[in-house]
Amino acid sequence: MKEPLIELRDVRKTLGGQTVLAGVNLSIYEGEISVIIGKSGGGKSVLLKHIIGLMEPDSGVILVEGKNVNRVSKAERRELRKKISYVFQGTALFDSMTVFENIALPLSEKRTHVGDALKQAVENRMAELDIRRIGDKYPSEISGGMKKRVALARALVTDPKVVLFDEPTTGLDPIRKSAVHAMISDYQKRFAFTGVVVSHDIPDIFFIAQRVAMLNDGRVQFEGTPDEIQTSPDPVVQRFLRGLETPHDVLTGMDTQAQLAKRYNAEMDQLQRLSTVFSLIVLTIENLEDINQNVGHVAGQTVMRNFAIELKRHLRLSDTCARFGLSQILAVLPNTDLDTTQELMNRLAGAIQKSRIFGIQPYPGFCFSVSAGFAQAREDSTIQDVLNEAQSNKNNLFSFQVC
Amino acid sequence: MPDSTIKTLSPFTRLGRGFLGFVQELGSVHIFFLKGFAYIFLYPFQLRKILDQIHFIGARSMLIISLTGLFTGMVLGLQGYYMLVDYGSEGLLGAGVAASLVRELGPVLAAIMVTARAGSAMAAEIGVMRISEQIDALKTMDIDPIRTLISPRIAAALFSFPLLTALFDVVGIVGGFLSGSMLLNMNPYLYFYRVDTGVDLADVMGGFTKSLVFAVVVTTICCYQGYTTHLRPEGYGARGVSNSTTTAVVMSCVLILLSDYVLTSFLR
Repeated sequence: MKEPLIELRDVRKTLGGQTVLAGVNLSIYEGEISVIIGKSGGGKSVLLKHIIGLMEPDSGVILVEGKNVNRVSKAERRELRKKISYVFQGTALFDSMTVFENIALPLSEKRTHVGDALKQAVENRMAELDIRRIGDKYPSEISGGMKKRVALARALVTDPKVVLFDEPTTGLDPIRKSAVHAMISDYQKRFAFTGVVVSHDIPDIFFIAQRVAMLNDGRVQFEGTPDEIQTSPDPVVQRFLRGLETPHDVLTGMDTQAQLAKRYNAEMDQLQRLSTVFSLIVLTIENLEDINQNVGHVAGQTVMRNFAIELKRHLRLSDTCARFGLSQILAVLPNTDLDTTQELMNRLAGAIQKSRIFGIQPYPGFCFSVSAGFAQAREDSTIQDVLNEAQSNKNNLFSFQVC
Repeated sequence: MPDSTIKTLSPFTRLGRGFLGFVQELGSVHIFFLKGFAYIFLYPFQLRKILDQIHFIGARSMLIISLTGLFTGMVLGLQGYYMLVDYGSEGLLGAGVAASLVRELGPVLAAIMVTARAGSAMAAEIGVMRISEQIDALKTMDIDPIRTLISPRIAAALFSFPLLTALFDVVGIVGGFLSGSMLLNMNPYLYFYRVDTGVDLADVMGGFTKSLVFAVVVTTICCYQGYTTHLRPEGYGARGVSNSTTTAVVMSCVLILLSDYVLTSFLR
């Protein structure tokens, strides 16, 4: 078993006579994105504030790298703080400073970088987060999405090992919400930090999470992988998930993963009883990450959404499709064998037009490439089996580009 | 603490609780000031921030200080003249104007004007930073908010208050000269001669001591009120900031007058 990077043991906290944390036990592992979900006002933000040391627990211990954050010497605490960054719900940018000064502050105050080195470090981060030309602007002069990125840049400028996100998508529209998720996931891969995200965006947040913890009544009700929580038999967990889950995928308007799974099971049932056939298509946008990097995350999510809308126009009413990851769409096609699927895919590849998908004008010479795999379900295969087959079967894989 | 429990407490318990709360608050204000003061001398020095604050508290208060100083001096000249002339001792006007300005009115009025201009701004600015989590953000970056926000303000106030007081005194004396001598035809040489003889170094030093104490009082109270905006029981958010600012200004003014009385009785 891996040693957790951050560990909370029986953490309790009472605020204003109300028990907010009633014995929280939680482990956060290095290099993963852990998501904390739970009811509003259920102590999720309080939990994050305990990890960074803005609040101290009434009892219990918080270990970061095996050290109790509330019992270490000042110098050690300083060392620990250096490794953790916090992205506030309301961004908490310094509104009387420019964007550049905001991002530079953690370095300039500590005098770790001065002069050109400071400028270079800040500009690098700004370039990476695609906020190049707004250095002289004040936070009130830029959009909400930009502010989030500035806050993220400020958090990442110190090269932290751990980044804590307190509801990073509050108040954003579906495209920007997904863009922030894609951003967190991309940067987590690029900068290799450990992420802890407090979120309400269910099930979208599961696309980027490796671990999920659910807080309920001040305790951790569930801890596990996104798949585990979605299939958990715990009625409290299920009630909570179903309460928050939207009837449609907020970004694309397609069905949700849960609906897709249900559909798959229904079709499988029919297959077993009546020997009907059905197929599965996996569509992967191969260069979504490139689009994110080169044109921006909002553009990437717009492309994803427009592609999904286009796809839906070509599917039949009886088909069910859902987002299966940041860049993947899965569709269940009832009463369809491989040949018909192939035909459908050909039609789709021919029909997809650049103008409809982009909505925005990407840079010249840019191509949009999708790979599609499909497979026919067999009697005893699970959704994952068919998915694997669809992705790995070289004969059935075909890809197309729209330039 | 819910209201219902307070109502059932005996008057003595309530009195005691209130008093303990007061003592606690007093203690935290003192610790707040001592930290803020000590961090001024912590290396690396925050020279840039101190200069910014001197510009804000000091330089940009010069016009308002000059204006109030001028009219205070002019009024003193008029009132003093009419009073003294009844006793045939209008020649003492210079001494009267200068002494009252240097000893009392200069430090007190300058401090009150700076409270109105800069003190309220401090409370509001720090209060907004508190409610928008900017102070917490500083903490997460391991930047001490008292050191970055409070220390430069205390240093700048300690530097600016005596100078503003001096400006107030000088402009006030000129104001007295304008009304007493130019309007009421008093001998200008006599006026300035009396100014010179009526005030000695001890008076000037006393005035400066007062202005230094006021600098501490005003910055500590105003910054503390802003800094603890989130702890106010009677309002959060914008309402909390407005309450903090009001309390900061009112409390500063009252404490300026109160400490002025205490200091005067010790200095004399």
